[in-house]
Amino acid sequence: MKNFHVAIIGGGVIGSAIAWELSKYKLDIVVFEKGCDVASGNSKANSGVIHSGINSPHGSLKARYCVEGNKMLRSLTDQLGFSLKWTGKYVIAKNEDETKELERLKKVGAENNVPGLEIQNGSDIKKTEPNVSCYAGLWVPAAGVILPYEFTIVLAENAAINDVIFLLETNVIGLKKKNDGFVIETDKGVFQSQILVNAAGLGCRNIVSMVEKPDFQLYPCRGEYLVLDKNYNDLITSMIYPVPVKELGVLGVHITPTIEGNILLGPSAEFIDDPDDRRTTKDMMRTLLLEAKEIIPSLPDKAVINAYSGIRCKLASSDEGGWADYRVEESKQTPGLVNLLGIESPGLTSAPAIAKEVTRMISKYIELKTKNHFKTKKKGKRFSEMSSAEQSDLIKKDKRWGRVVCRCEHITEAEVLRALSNPLGARSLSSVKYRCRAGMGRCQGGFCTQHIVRIMEEEFNMNLKDINLGLPASNLFYGRTREIQK
Amino acid sequence: MINHNVDVAVIGGGPAGLVAAVSAQEHGVKNVLVLDRNSWLGGILPQCIHDGFGVEETGSSMTGPEYAEMYIDMAKKQKISFMNETMVLDFDKKLEITAVNREGLHRIKAKSVVLAMGCREKTRWNVMIPGDRPSGIYTAGVAQSFINLYNIMPGRNIVILGSGDVGLIMARRLKFEGANVKGVVEILPYASGLTRNVVQCLDDYDIPLYLNHTITYIEGCDRLKSVTIARVDENLEVVPGSEEKIECDTLLLSLGLIPENELSKTTGVEIDNVTGGPIVDQFFETSVPGVFACGNCLQVYDTVDVLAKGAKLAGWYAARHAMKQRKDIQKHIQVVAGEGIRHVIPQRICKDGKISFTLRVEKPQQTAKLHLTVDGKEIFIKKLLWINPANMVEIDIDIPDEIIRSKSELEVTIDG
Repeated sequence: MKNFHVAIIGGGVIGSAIAWELSKYKLDIVVFEKGCDVASGNSKANSGVIHSGINSPHGSLKARYCVEGNKMLRSLTDQLGFSLKWTGKYVIAKNEDETKELERLKKVGAENNVPGLEIQNGSDIKKTEPNVSCYAGLWVPAAGVILPYEFTIVLAENAAINDVIFLLETNVIGLKKKNDGFVIETDKGVFQSQILVNAAGLGCRNIVSMVEKPDFQLYPCRGEYLVLDKNYNDLITSMIYPVPVKELGVLGVHITPTIEGNILLGPSAEFIDDPDDRRTTKDMMRTLLLEAKEIIPSLPDKAVINAYSGIRCKLASSDEGGWADYRVEESKQTPGLVNLLGIESPGLTSAPAIAKEVTRMISKYIELKTKNHFKTKKKGKRFSEMSSAEQSDLIKKDKRWGRVVCRCEHITEAEVLRALSNPLGARSLSSVKYRCRAGMGRCQGGFCTQHIVRIMEEEFNMNLKDINLGLPASNLFYGRTREIQK
Repeated sequence: MINHNVDVAVIGGGPAGLVAAVSAQEHGVKNVLVLDRNSWLGGILPQCIHDGFGVEETGSSMTGPEYAEMYIDMAKKQKISFMNETMVLDFDKKLEITAVNREGLHRIKAKSVVLAMGCREKTRWNVMIPGDRPSGIYTAGVAQSFINLYNIMPGRNIVILGSGDVGLIMARRLKFEGANVKGVVEILPYASGLTRNVVQCLDDYDIPLYLNHTITYIEGCDRLKSVTIARVDENLEVVPGSEEKIECDTLLLSLGLIPENELSKTTGVEIDNVTGGPIVDQFFETSVPGVFACGNCLQVYDTVDVLAKGAKLAGWYAARHAMKQRKDIQKHIQVVAGEGIRHVIPQRICKDGKISFTLRVEKPQQTAKLHLTVDGKEIFIKKLLWINPANMVEIDIDIPDEIIRSKSELEVTIDG
């Protein structure tokens, strides 16, 4: 039975950020992730927004970690090389009445030390955002976008090259508290750890209930999104938010220009019973388009290239107004169990700050000694982002840089190989997609899947039947045509 | 950067590109270069192993690979140059193409360029089918390539949405491979593929065709488990209570094709919002001088035979442009798709003479009259029988010089 200092349940952005932060120290760390890859739950299904801290009341953990995380991301992007763009955002008021809400947000922001807030009138906004119609808006320069899956993957892969063990497709099925730590039963074997970090997202209550009676309920709240074709990337340059929907404790359907050039519409907000029900619905697709058109009347109908949903992990029901603060704490009943509960928006922004906090909590139990040879692997540039000289040089070194396999996004064979050679050992089609973007364009994998499958078979000796889309058992094929007739 | 100078550069080595290249070379240019992304020539044809290709053009019914072979042989005899596994990254109005392959980056200077990039299939999201996002959802053409080119079986129990030709052909193909094809679902009251394919691919194999039906839900967290189909009314709205769940592990989508013009757009080639392809004149020249378009990137054709007719002309005119055998034409008149017409090509006419129009109608009709009018004056009328949006109408009309000089619009309409 392998013994670890720290075991982390969940390879989302929170678990991965903690793993990376802790990987700086001389510790044995393991991460259990039930998906085929990290970022396979809500960490890939959100808006990818770096929040400023105007939306959470002063004194809350949400406000504190958000503002701290926002600052930390500025240096992390240089260190790790993930993409980040400070687009800024407008919260817009449709009428005079709603401007009161802008004043309130500005006040909250000022209390949380959010810089540069400014209320502008509709005609001024028209100058920077000609397609947006509004009465007035709050300009928030300290807001930006990242690719949430890319950020999570970079954190996890950097943790992995610093010896954190990631066990993918591994479900935690039982937990026991012993004097000197925890016995963790999984479907891949039994493990022991001194500290247990519960970063299981929507599974956090299940994990708690394995060792103690939870003192909280979860209220899953689904948010649907639509992704627009890159051709419409010039519609907006900053994020556009309506005034928040107070009754549901959410920020409302907003329009987000992503780093890749696609515009996101969403998320909706719908409290649901089943936390795994990630469906998209016709009604909500219609609503998203309608609400987005109220903000950008010229928004085209036929621009959608994908739709998805994510589930917010809320600690307050809709009857209670949907808002509750994070719980980042050690269990009182079970010492050594660090629970991260209700980490919904702004969880992505807060992740680095929460990781620091968890590290402080662990330092009470274990003396943290920094590693002498901490490694950093910056995210590599894409072929399409390089200059012609850089492209030519790379092709000279390795011909596979000259073979474009994803025609929509201009991704080369070398990039697919690089994605498949990741230190986590994640080998699903989605693992490739989220690492190098092959399959994320307007044809949605129609042309490149055959090349990726060929590379998986030839270079990685993968069996055709074992190639999954994303989740375990999401096989793409049933084998060769002739075999199937046996 | 590896530099090349050519007379005619053809982007895309599918049927349109091959035909245009052969035609350009036949009309006297010396140096024709075809660029293609795939490792093979012929584009989609090698995976279309059914027959029916070339009937109109040659009188014999060939398979896709055979038809492709015919033009590949001609091209090789003519010593046309090819660059395979080569992606065009960019081209500009000076007709300089940047492309990449395993040898490196290439800059190709051409005297004229033929766009023949083909098309791509509509995906689940073009028609916004809600539900889960499991594996097992393929566009029909992708499934066809897996089976016919790679021997890979994408599914066992199959539902097909959309009755386009590829979907119909795939229904039969999957049946041959031992799959259980549970039905083809079509939202319209009629099949959108050719009638011969409905008969030969569905009726002959007892595969049900659900007309006036659509898919309202996709279920499955890992692999597809079921789809829910429902009847639609005349406004294409779902009839409540008509939902029916069909268990299946695979959904094929045959929802139609979209001309691929990302490259054309970046160069500033004007695009027709209805066809999704470039706006061209009767010489298949786009709004960028020296750039010609043909094949499925111009408009989605029903058969390769009609496509080849257009591509031949495009190749010829591209050659003429490269050899500077054309006078600069400044004036042109617009051709407008009027009532009952979805689109018409060419969209511009700049010279008198016999012009081959290709068009699609809005709705099926047993008998109808096609009118061409200029300034409210009728210049042409023709009776048409059994017209249908699924079947492209081809019509040759003489356009006299005074119409060009009138600078008016030429409107094409249809009535019952």
